Amino acid sequence: MIEFGHLAAFLALAASLAQGVLGLTGARALAGRAAVVAFAVMALSFATLLVAFAQSDFSLALAANNSHTLKPMIYKLAGVWGNHEGSMALWCLVTLGFGAAGALWMRTGRDVFEARALGVQGWLATGALSYLLFASSPYLRLDPAPLQGAGLNPVLQDVALASHPPMLYLGYVGFSFVFALAAAGLIDGRIDRVWAKEARRWALAAFIPLTIGIALGSYWAYYELGWGGWWFWDPVENASLMPWLIGAALLHSVVVTEKRGSFAAWTALLAVLAFLFSIMGAFLVRSGVLTSVHAFAVDPKRGMLLLGGLVVYGGLALGLFALRAPKLEGGKPWQMLSREGALATNNVVLVVAALTVLLGTLFPLIAEATGRTISVGEPYFRLTFVPMLAVLLAVLPVVQAWTWGKADLSGVWKWAAGGVGLVAVFLLLGVSVWDIPLGAAFGLALALWLIFGALWEVRRRAVTLARVFRLPLRVWGMTLAHIGLGVFIMGAVVETTQRYEATLALPAGGSGTVAGWNITLNDVHAIEGPNWYADKAVLTARKGSIKAEMAPTKRYYPASRMPTTETAIHKTGAGDLYIALGDRRDVDGETRWVFRVYFNPLIDFVYLGVGLMALGAFFSLVPMRRRRTA
Amino acid sequence: MRARTRRLWTFAVAAALLLAAATLAFVALRQNANLFYTPEVLAENGIPEIGKDVKVGGWVAPGSLTYPGDGSEIVFTVIDNSPATITVSFTGIAPDLFREGQGVVAIGSFDADGKFTARQLLAKHDENYQPRELKPLGAGPAASAS
Repeated sequence: MIEFGHLAAFLALAASLAQGVLGLTGARALAGRAAVVAFAVMALSFATLLVAFAQSDFSLALAANNSHTLKPMIYKLAGVWGNHEGSMALWCLVTLGFGAAGALWMRTGRDVFEARALGVQGWLATGALSYLLFASSPYLRLDPAPLQGAGLNPVLQDVALASHPPMLYLGYVGFSFVFALAAAGLIDGRIDRVWAKEARRWALAAFIPLTIGIALGSYWAYYELGWGGWWFWDPVENASLMPWLIGAALLHSVVVTEKRGSFAAWTALLAVLAFLFSIMGAFLVRSGVLTSVHAFAVDPKRGMLLLGGLVVYGGLALGLFALRAPKLEGGKPWQMLSREGALATNNVVLVVAALTVLLGTLFPLIAEATGRTISVGEPYFRLTFVPMLAVLLAVLPVVQAWTWGKADLSGVWKWAAGGVGLVAVFLLLGVSVWDIPLGAAFGLALALWLIFGALWEVRRRAVTLARVFRLPLRVWGMTLAHIGLGVFIMGAVVETTQRYEATLALPAGGSGTVAGWNITLNDVHAIEGPNWYADKAVLTARKGSIKAEMAPTKRYYPASRMPTTETAIHKTGAGDLYIALGDRRDVDGETRWVFRVYFNPLIDFVYLGVGLMALGAFFSLVPMRRRRTA
Repeated sequence: MRARTRRLWTFAVAAALLLAAATLAFVALRQNANLFYTPEVLAENGIPEIGKDVKVGGWVAPGSLTYPGDGSEIVFTVIDNSPATITVSFTGIAPDLFREGQGVVAIGSFDADGKFTARQLLAKHDENYQPRELKPLGAGPAASAS
């Protein structure tokens, strides 16, 4: 079976190579066929890995190292991508999937251009498959086969995390096709409105799963790590945030190219950068150069190969860009104070924000080269990233009403007065009534300002109530995404500034008080699961008339000799009461259990906001397809 | 001419933003990059600024782990290959693989008495992973004991 899968992957490599050569020579139909064939054989190959994991075939080294017979089926399957080699196989599969999707659904009416896009995608796939087959093969056998597998890293045995890598990869690798479109457009010397219309769809198709994938990873970190927070500015998180920011910039700039023909070179550059940042993320995370929970492949050779791929593809694409960008046609004229100017500012800020994240992520490496060991944590990002975005979002409601070419500035003073007034009200309320920090009051004002601005824009575009429901889905998509951003900021500001946490060490029957909640430990007993056993604490939390039973547990996985924390979360309307069980400590001859108790206010707004952004992006994608099939 | 003026404007705005971002990043890095101290480095250089966020790391000295209060606070000694030590206090849940004899990295600050209060502890994450800072220290007492 596995040998068949191994062979299929070689066939996929051959088909990709053919796709690359045929595509660049301009043979649209042949390159398209090669792309579909490559995807089909790689899907078969991936299926053989899934089957081997499902059957616990430990003669496959990958399964022996990462699976276990006692694991529930869903985690056996998820185990395929819960390791370096398998996740690279997924990377290849998604690359080929986007190639095949492009072959089937690109509709620009430009055969040579489409052929070249498929060709570039074919070369990207050739690189990925070569790396898979020659540097990190998941198809290797073990002889003799062990009787039992080593088990998946138990913190990964979780629904959110089983679906997190495929989503994230759909996003990361989805940008590969945007990259291919940009490269083909640059070869053609045509980054125009037709190009932008096509590129926008694919950028959205990558941006949506990337957003969901990041949210899933963050949600997992929230409830599985037991640290109470949802974003830690860890290098892996930053590695996914950077392509997201570049992707967000791209989605705003490609619209200008689509509607006005302007920003052609800039849009092409962003399209290239989005994928380069994705590969760089893979390099940073996988090479082990940065401390990270995802650093499975602490193997310098693989790191060097990934870096080599980044340099080769990046160098070629940027070289092509340097050659062709000066010759691209400009669009309609515009002044600085116009919709174009506003979107240009949006882009510069988003890209600069991504660069500050990059600097914070790489700075420990730079310092290490000079002989010092340092790390960069949350305070750095709070001081750089947050104020930059705050400025951007503060002007958004004002400038989104601006027209193309030249804005009508007669109403700006009203907006300025409204914005300043809102901030003043919040600062007064925040300081005198709610007793929250100035920054938090400003953040809340900003969030409401954004939501109000998004709704006002609907009003402005619709003019009358009846026309609200006839607005294009695209407008609703933008509105939802901007409201989502506001909701996210509200949740993020309230959660990070008003979070309450405390540590309790309780004997059985003991109780303590945290954030107005009275928490009593009823008892701690042992339970058993399919491939783990656990200590389960049963607690009763009371506040006023509310009473909640909570049962945080601590699992122990014998196969991998590792404990994990399963937190207990009680949702109230206003936030989560969150309890993690710590270790057992013997104090003065008495057994006590340590609990970390958090109250995380408005945490759901963080995920609701991100969900709305993804949904908004989805709405922006849908109508394009509908028009085409009609 | 207009296109040229516009380009100038765009560059001016972009340059201003970049400059602002670079300044912010510079200030933030100066204030917030955590330096890493092992007991030996600390003994050589003295205690860093009181209250400033730093990282300390080494091994948890075998037999040094105590619970001075009701059990929510832990106090332990960090050692390395030198005779110097650092006393660390931490309130909360220690990482799953935090044990005596194992490597640990603590993030927090020193007080005037040279005691280190950690707000976060990082331990070996699983059998294959340990905090990067500890790699130069080599295998710890746990490895030599077993």
